[in-house]
Amino acid sequence: MSRKPYERKVYWNEPTMSLWERLYLFEIIRGLLITSGVFLRNMGKWMTGRKGALTTYYPEERRADYAAGNRGKHILTQRPDGSPQCIACNMCATVCPAQVIEIDAAFDPNDPAHPKYPSRFEIDYSRCIFCGLCIEACPEDAIRMVKETPGLPTTGDRDHMWLNLTELITWHPASDVAKPYPPRDAAATANTPRVAAAASPAPRGSSSKPGHAQ
Amino acid sequence: MIQDLVIYAVYIGYALGVLLTFGTVLTWVERKQAAVMSDRIGANRAYIRIPFTQIKFVWWGLFHGIADGLKMLLKEDWRPKSYDWYAYAVAPWVVFTPVLLVFAVIPFGGTLDPGQLLQSLPAASAWFEGRTYPMQIARLDAGLLIVFAFGGMSIIGAMLAGWSSSNKFSMLGASRAGSQMISYELVMGLTVLGLILIYGTLDLSAIVQQQSGILLGFLPAWGVFYQPFAAVLFMAAAIAENKRIPFDLPEAESELIAGFYTEYSAMKMGLFMFAEFIEIAIVSALFTTLFLGGYNLPFMSDAGFAFPGNHVVPMSHGAVVVTQLVVFLGKVLLMSSFQILIRWSLPRFRYDQVLSFAWKFMLPLAIANLTVTAVAVWALMS
Repeated sequence: MSRKPYERKVYWNEPTMSLWERLYLFEIIRGLLITSGVFLRNMGKWMTGRKGALTTYYPEERRADYAAGNRGKHILTQRPDGSPQCIACNMCATVCPAQVIEIDAAFDPNDPAHPKYPSRFEIDYSRCIFCGLCIEACPEDAIRMVKETPGLPTTGDRDHMWLNLTELITWHPASDVAKPYPPRDAAATANTPRVAAAASPAPRGSSSKPGHAQ
Repeated sequence: MIQDLVIYAVYIGYALGVLLTFGTVLTWVERKQAAVMSDRIGANRAYIRIPFTQIKFVWWGLFHGIADGLKMLLKEDWRPKSYDWYAYAVAPWVVFTPVLLVFAVIPFGGTLDPGQLLQSLPAASAWFEGRTYPMQIARLDAGLLIVFAFGGMSIIGAMLAGWSSSNKFSMLGASRAGSQMISYELVMGLTVLGLILIYGTLDLSAIVQQQSGILLGFLPAWGVFYQPFAAVLFMAAAIAENKRIPFDLPEAESELIAGFYTEYSAMKMGLFMFAEFIEIAIVSALFTTLFLGGYNLPFMSDAGFAFPGNHVVPMSHGAVVVTQLVVFLGKVLLMSSFQILIRWSLPRFRYDQVLSFAWKFMLPLAIANLTVTAVAVWALMS
């Protein structure tokens, strides 16, 4: 009948504090010295005209050290002739949880392989949540994300935080090894009617809304 | 008689101006100091623009307080269907008013001689008939008791707010506020008792005057050097009394949303916040008065500076008055900044730790301090 009493297993470490630490006061003073030291160091930097913070003022300043996998901005890829690879299927606009992509489709009788193309492709960066679902939805690999940030204006209001087709297609493709730009056989296919249309929005009515950023 | 009215109206205007300014500026100080302490920039986007131009004044985010106040004034004043709307409506004022009233007994300067100050205007100067006034709104013999009486009243406000909003979070916050503030009020009173034994008076301006001397030839005769232990205890108890981190259990936002003012919105909630920030200034002013010599600078008297070795720098009465006012405000600002430093450095206690800290740790220490002081005073007096 001699049962050992149940010993509860201890899953945690009891705090081991010395008498010095249990007096609290000196450890509190040590902590206050640390925080006030940081305060004085940063304050000294501010008062001597340097920057005493790690923050980057975003629209005014850009960080140079974005990680390679950062998803900061959308780009539209191009066909070898420079026209957008997008076929205006609206799948990205459909999947977008923030509903920030607006596409107007148009018909090009001169290109029987890709008769449907976007006459307007705009992204509202004031609402984009950078989830990358549009990239996954795209059947044509036409939209991608790069690590840079969109060059949004630092003044103005939320109506000016849109990027249009021209801005989305003029990225810096030299860093994209999969789709070199200008294309290697650019000289052979120098005929680029759609990019010309995208760069000058007037003829095909690329932007119907007034007030969008140009 | 009418001269007294004029002088005290000026005093009251000055005190109200100082307190309300401290209340708004400390919100900014709290934000900016916290930001600089943690390698951030802090609020810096609100600005005032000169109309019809693009000239904007940002001033390191100083206008964020104004933006906050405007927002609170313009927000919907939502009320719960509480069973006691009267207590609900009156509670913010019961918290806010005593905080302002405490300043009435705190001396913010030495003696003012308006006749001497207005020497360039002989008519005004003669009108005052050589009367002098201590720079204090109400010079009461029981000044320190008034401080504690009004300090105790804000407990009632917190409890009223919690109980009348018929919300469990408010209720919990109110009961926490009640037990915590009553516990720490006791500690606060006991720490100050030692000081009263040394100075032999409850009159705050007499206490400050006794701190104007020099100890051992180099130390200013401030209370903090007579009672260093009591100073630390008083500071801790005062922060607990003000319900700020590390003692902000009544409004612990991770547990109780906003504690006893969960159900308050718009400017009523703003009044609670404003009262808290003014109370930072009040606690600093009390600490300055009791332990840091009030408006005194070392080697300074009403006639000017008198350094050892017979270096005397005489000052005019106006210069002395301005120096004393500035010294007092400077000390209060430093102590407020120190409280904010504590608030952004220490983690929050657990609720049982708060109460056991008060009753098992601080109360015995305060009593021990009082006993030692009493024995020492008795030994030195007899």
